[in-house]
Amino acid sequence: MTQTYFSKDHEWISVDGTTATVGITDYAQAQLGDIVFAEVPTAGTKVEKGKEAAVVESVKAASDVYAPVSGEVIAGNAALADDPSLVNTAPESDGWFFTLTLSDPSELDGLMDDAGYKAFVEGL
Amino acid sequence: MTDAPLATDAADTDIDDIEAGPAALPLDAWHRAKGGRMVEFAGYLMPIQYEGIMAEHLWVRDHAGLFDVSHMGQLLFTGEGVAEGLEALLPADVKGLGEGRQRYSLLLADNGGILDDLMLTRLPAESLFDAPGGIYMVVNGATKWDDIAHLREYLPDEITMSHLDEQALLALQGPEAVTALARLAPGVAALTFMTAGAFTIAGIDCWVSRSGYTGEDGFEISVPAEDVTALADALCAQPEVKPIGLGARDSLRLEAGLPLYGHDLDEETTPVAADLGFALSKRRREEGGFPGHARIMQEREQGPALKRVALIVDGRQPVREGATVLDGAGQEAGRVTSGGHSPSLGKPIAMAYVPAASAVPGTSITLEQRGKSFTGIVTAMPLVPHRYHRKGA
Repeated sequence: MTQTYFSKDHEWISVDGTTATVGITDYAQAQLGDIVFAEVPTAGTKVEKGKEAAVVESVKAASDVYAPVSGEVIAGNAALADDPSLVNTAPESDGWFFTLTLSDPSELDGLMDDAGYKAFVEGL
Repeated sequence: MTDAPLATDAADTDIDDIEAGPAALPLDAWHRAKGGRMVEFAGYLMPIQYEGIMAEHLWVRDHAGLFDVSHMGQLLFTGEGVAEGLEALLPADVKGLGEGRQRYSLLLADNGGILDDLMLTRLPAESLFDAPGGIYMVVNGATKWDDIAHLREYLPDEITMSHLDEQALLALQGPEAVTALARLAPGVAALTFMTAGAFTIAGIDCWVSRSGYTGEDGFEISVPAEDVTALADALCAQPEVKPIGLGARDSLRLEAGLPLYGHDLDEETTPVAADLGFALSKRRREEGGFPGHARIMQEREQGPALKRVALIVDGRQPVREGATVLDGAGQEAGRVTSGGHSPSLGKPIAMAYVPAASAVPGTSITLEQRGKSFTGIVTAMPLVPHRYHRKGA
């Protein structure tokens, strides 16, 4: 059974046991505009909560994607290399950035649930 | 440049407004109603995009886009000796500029560095500004206060400079711009690239030039601020026209090889390094009498150390302003001054200053950004061909 959490940096993380998938939210992709490039981490990369884990570039600017939790990357989404616009069209499904194994599941406690994130975005 | 404070007659109140925060342009409410996402630029709130930069960019290349460029400075020069006075500050042949003719020029510092780039037009008897023989100038928004101070400092007292801050400025750009505009203003189709005239558009008296900064055919329209909303509505009621934001303006001008002041041009850059030799008129080159003439002529003969070029970047990742150009030994030898994704070409492009020996189309250039290497290929400018409506074409 998966559960999805959200960070204040507009990443989502869908967790199933100790593995998870990470991407950026629909709100984030709308703010960035047309995505033309995404650089995702390779398998084995250690990522740390709140630190840069990937790069997403819109027509106008480059932005960092932060790891919402710490862990080791299982895979980056290879589909983004061919079609970075998946981040625009399917940000919370096919446009995922990477999967990882959580090193400290308790880090999830500091993240928001769906309702919490909606309220957070409405307050921006 | 002088370090003298800005002359008291140079509209101090406006500067206070800018220091207090970004100002709203006359079309502010119109942009918001059209879904424009507003950002601060050059001291003003301006739309960066409406439906999206990519779609807006491609719309302009295929149809016609309406840009609000009211942040730019519109200046009017009148009085005895206006051409001579301006020729002392910039390298254009102002004396030889015919009525209704427009030229691109540069405001130069004493050392030949570029203070701003601008457009000049000699006004005929009939214009919106009632100044026969006067010069109408459009300067960059971010530099207009410095330009005004510089011009007031150095122009003779006999020349009157007016800041036309009650005028808004719109640009209608794209291959269908002429179709859309001629429907509202019969006669504009007779203008050719870099000519201008007075026209009534949808009942509004305007000053129209056939020019712009996208590489496309199109027009720039000076209109009283009180009428600009009605004009924008009339233009956007045409099926060819959509409002376009600053984001697409930047990607369009980059593809067109057109430099942006404060990025590709600055006080450290000379017209020769910037590859703007065309802005140095033949008579002025020979006679001199503009700031930096000796240095600029020396650079012209010996070649500049660095030269502005266009690059197509390998791969898909954009290389942006601030990235470095490396020489064969891995040392910094130049810099990227503009860069991004080209919607028309579907790949990353850039403008960069590179060693003059490398400024040859086909040369491979090594770039570095955030610790990562990229390869750029020097490519003839413009990257997307200009489609100006030139005389005789």
